[in-house]
Amino acid sequence: MEVKNWVRLEFPSESENVLFARTAVAVFASQLDFTLEEIEDIKVAVSEAVSNCVIHAYGDCSGNIVVICKYSIDELEITVEDNGCGIPDIVQASEAGYTTIPEERMGLGLVFIHELMDHVAIASEVGKGTKLLMAKRIPRSRE
Amino acid sequence: MNRYKIDNFMKMQSERGGAELLSAETVNQALIISLEGELDLHTAPPFKECIDSYLAKNTALRDLILRMDKIKFIDSSGLGVILGRYKLIQKRGGKLVFVACSPHVYRILKLSGMQKIAYFTDSIQEALSL
Repeated sequence: MEVKNWVRLEFPSESENVLFARTAVAVFASQLDFTLEEIEDIKVAVSEAVSNCVIHAYGDCSGNIVVICKYSIDELEITVEDNGCGIPDIVQASEAGYTTIPEERMGLGLVFIHELMDHVAIASEVGKGTKLLMAKRIPRSRE
Repeated sequence: MNRYKIDNFMKMQSERGGAELLSAETVNQALIISLEGELDLHTAPPFKECIDSYLAKNTALRDLILRMDKIKFIDSSGLGVILGRYKLIQKRGGKLVFVACSPHVYRILKLSGMQKIAYFTDSIQEALSL
């Protein structure tokens, strides 16, 4: 991937930063030829990934979240990384309806990310943290 | 028609930012909520508290009608709170209705499977006549 441009955001795992993260990524992505609908998809995916860090990775504790966005001629790549509790079973966590907080959560965060982005990869180590990579093809490269 | 404003909701939202309650009305057995802004992890809790306080105060309320035309963004945190409220009204035999969703919000609601449990209409009048 020949990186044409990139940005790195680091912020504490506070819920108000979910809005900041998705808006900042949307502004970065708007340099590219995405449709408004695709920008909305990216916003939802970033919102889900960062919310997961706030709710699940750190829970009642606080830590930092790092979001790195970069693009090549072909795709926009976004990584969302935390140093939180990690995911014991990534396959289970990616299943629709799976949640550790069934009262108020739908268990759809990772499902949405898979649905709205073209490529998703998750690496996680219990007690050390999680790195989620998601990419969306830039429309021009589909032609 | 009874009409209320939840001062606490407004206060909480002004502290939190992001989403604003435009109005909350009760018509017969329906609670009609109009919201503006973005519903996510940060802004969904006051929305939840607002609806819960109405449902607790008025046990005759069965249906929840959400006017969505001014909702600019929703993710699974916002949807989770709506689902939680649906479970409450379901116990009362009520229904959940989304009114005037934007195309993107509708797409997210559909992705979540919400169309299996809720109704979608273009107007409040239509929602009330279901």
